[in-house]
Amino acid sequence: MKKRKFEELFFRILMVLATILVAGSFFLIVGTVFFKGFHYMNLDMITKTPGGGFYIGKEGGVLNAIVGSFYVAGGATILGLLVSIPVAIFINLYMDGKRFLSNTIRMAFDVLFGIPSIVYGAFGFLIMVYFGIRASLLGGIIAVTLLVIPILVRTLDEVIRTVPFELRDAALSLGSTRWETAKVVLRQIRPGIFTAILLSFGRAIGDVASVLFTAGFSDNVPTSLHEPAATLPLAIFFQLGSPVEEVQGRGYASALILTIIVLTITILSDILIKKFSKHKI
Amino acid sequence: MTQTPHISVQHLNVHIGAQHILKDININIPDKKVTSIIGPSGCGKTTLLKSFNRLWDNTADVKITGKVLVDNEDIYAPNAEVTHIRKKMGLLSQRPYPLPMSIYDNVAYGPRIHGIRKKQVLDELVEEQLKATGLWNEVKDRLNASATRLSIGQQQRLCLARGLAVGPEIILGDESTSALDPVSTAIIEDLFISLKEKYSIVLVTHILRQARRVSDYIIFVYMGKIIEFGPTEEVLLNPKEELTKEYVKGYIS
Repeated sequence: MKKRKFEELFFRILMVLATILVAGSFFLIVGTVFFKGFHYMNLDMITKTPGGGFYIGKEGGVLNAIVGSFYVAGGATILGLLVSIPVAIFINLYMDGKRFLSNTIRMAFDVLFGIPSIVYGAFGFLIMVYFGIRASLLGGIIAVTLLVIPILVRTLDEVIRTVPFELRDAALSLGSTRWETAKVVLRQIRPGIFTAILLSFGRAIGDVASVLFTAGFSDNVPTSLHEPAATLPLAIFFQLGSPVEEVQGRGYASALILTIIVLTITILSDILIKKFSKHKI
Repeated sequence: MTQTPHISVQHLNVHIGAQHILKDININIPDKKVTSIIGPSGCGKTTLLKSFNRLWDNTADVKITGKVLVDNEDIYAPNAEVTHIRKKMGLLSQRPYPLPMSIYDNVAYGPRIHGIRKKQVLDELVEEQLKATGLWNEVKDRLNASATRLSIGQQQRLCLARGLAVGPEIILGDESTSALDPVSTAIIEDLFISLKEKYSIVLVTHILRQARRVSDYIIFVYMGKIIEFGPTEEVLLNPKEELTKEYVKGYIS
């Protein structure tokens, strides 16, 4: 009897410690970024592009990188969704008799999911060279789209698989075609689509390696798809590498901006998910 | 039976994977009557029901041979149009699965996909079907609320109204009351009895009392074969087959 009680206590303490460790490191990371960056945070950081002496500690901000990041991550997520929703619908609702084939496709996306983003960067770069595109916003969007498609497909696939078969049967029994049934399924998984968008956008906005050769870097806000575009992760990378203390601080401030963006998106999508799950069975 | 059958099943065989689920089924489902399919779990009741509106089309490894004639039209014929067949039959599943939309849109969904666009016509249809299923007074003030807000019994009646709105001739019920409380069950059973004036109804049930209350005819299925078919009282009280006798008395289940 004593042994069982001891076991219970032992594992309980172990779980509590592990939870504290994980939750603690989250606060430690956010805290570090906040304390190191807050001092250098000002309105200029988010409203101005780098001025003449920005990289030796003079005036300017990282507006170029903020806007660039939104363009790249937003563009990639939208392009990715346009491809991923049809794929997820197709393998779930149109390939019923072909389980081997649909599972093979799933596995392919799992493999793609695990490929490091630098490989997507390199692959995107090859595509760009082939089509004669220079490092630009378009190049960055293409590379990041490749990166997020597996995330989107697998997330949407998982979500569609949670839809009860009986709901499809219900729609089919009313005389729906497959596509009409698919629309019902899409409605049912609306909260899941938001989750997928969030995951994709979060991954896209934080990734460095895929934009390293493809998007280039620029101190200006891009005005066309063919101009190079700065991104926040690259801006952070460059600034933290500087020997100037002022510039390093701004690197942390940029990291703080990126963190705030990601947190805001998380919270926002959480609210949206709740709002759209009102039809949940 | 003197009248023409509504559904006529001829030499129907269903294989799922390596299993032979339904073995040479031949049956005539009478028009405008309630017919219950009874039998122990796993005997093929639901498989039989689902083969009436080709719901197996979308499942892997299912092989179906034989004929199912609905209004003398073979639904498994190569040129048969599946949405047209399914439109003829309303399905009421074990649990209600309302579509992810409002109460109104659930009922209007079927008519809409079949081309009815006029709001006035839809309004009338929705009201008519909600009245037919006794839901109108309970939901008329919140037609735009999500269907999932309704109680499970109300949801099941909504699903019935949704099915009736496409103007079917046949209602298929797959243990439609198994998730419901006794009061909702009684309401659904009464609905079946009143709806048989206009529709042919086929129910799968494992509750013998229910089969006795609502049905005119009973099909007893055992191990994928039809053992006995006849008027309710005869099958339940005076079965001809030894297996039916044992099942009705509760010896096999």
